[in-house]
Amino acid sequence: MSDIATYFLTGLGMVFFFAGTVGLIRFPDTFSRLHALTKADNVGLDCLILGLTFQADSWATVAKLRLVWGLALLAAGTTAQLVARTALGRRRGR
Amino acid sequence: MTAAAETGFDLILCGMIVATALFCGADQGQVRGGCLFHRLRCLRHARLGATDVALAEAALGAGLTGILLLVANARLPASAPAPSRGRALVAVCSAGITLVLGWAFMTLPSSDGLREPVAANLDAAGAQNPVTAVLLNFRGRDTLLESVVLLAALIGVWSVSHNAAWGGRPGLKQHVRPDGVLARFGQLLPPVGLMLGVYLVWAGLSHPGGAFQGGTVLAAVALLVMMGGWMRPPPVASRWLRLVLVAGPALFLAVGFAGAITGTFLGLRPDLAKPLILGIEAVLTLSIAATLALLVVGPAEDAGEPRD
Repeated sequence: MSDIATYFLTGLGMVFFFAGTVGLIRFPDTFSRLHALTKADNVGLDCLILGLTFQADSWATVAKLRLVWGLALLAAGTTAQLVARTALGRRRGR
Repeated sequence: MTAAAETGFDLILCGMIVATALFCGADQGQVRGGCLFHRLRCLRHARLGATDVALAEAALGAGLTGILLLVANARLPASAPAPSRGRALVAVCSAGITLVLGWAFMTLPSSDGLREPVAANLDAAGAQNPVTAVLLNFRGRDTLLESVVLLAALIGVWSVSHNAAWGGRPGLKQHVRPDGVLARFGQLLPPVGLMLGVYLVWAGLSHPGGAFQGGTVLAAVALLVMMGGWMRPPPVASRWLRLVLVAGPALFLAVGFAGAITGTFLGLRPDLAKPLILGIEAVLTLSIAATLALLVVGPAEDAGEPRD
């Protein structure tokens, strides 16, 4: 039962990662590429972590997985802001 | 089924590592490829069960080397032409080195390695993690020299400072909005990083971890605090900064000489090995963290600061 949940959720996560990667390659400018990367990949990561949670053997492992998720989310959000601000500055500077 | 899946995963991973290495050779590909390359190598070491190496690769290779490459790239002039002369020669030399290394590897006599002698002497080593036992005790000289090499690298970076800026603060001044994203990031992450860095050093005695891995995490914390505008790097001429930089290798060397007086250079007495290793690792971690952080920050730029 828990294996099926893991397969389903990690599979779903891969779909989101794939969509995010396609967006990163195909989208025309920095802002839409950031959009694809941060939104789709963060959902993908959440699916992945949720899927792995079903394989965890203790609550400590679950907590560590959640910590990884939280830190990745924080880092992705912050870097997306910084990249977007730099890109905006460059566009205005032109 | 599982074995086939694992073989498939390994094959894809190896293919990606080779493809990334080739991409690094292309124009404009060096920096991006270099960052990715270390990340893939980290995965490969984790697959091989070499958790210590995987951790070091993640922290030092993917993290720190990636930043150093990016900083170096940012310092290059924007339209620097890629050197095109001599590429064929480089390619031939690289291929030759690869072939010789491959030949050397294939003709190695089969051996079980030093795993068993290390395991047999682990009780006298003062650390239950065989990797730490080798790095800090059995082959302490390698680690000592590595820490000195880092220091030499930092002296190299500092030595390209302008004469007028010498003794001042390294790195460019950070412009951060006081309530902006970066400032908040520099407040949120350091507590987690501090905990993780100290844990990696402490756990290194019995689990994967150690001074280099922990030191890199602490260096990242210091860089985050500086990037968030909460702290400025100390002036290059600062005495306490230099003390911190030298303390780790100096303590290591002092313990080594103490060992030389009683028997062998860098030999640790079995009953004192554990506290000695822990002490060396703790001080070495601080030195490594300061050295790595300052390597990223770069040469002295700001001359207008009073010296202390």
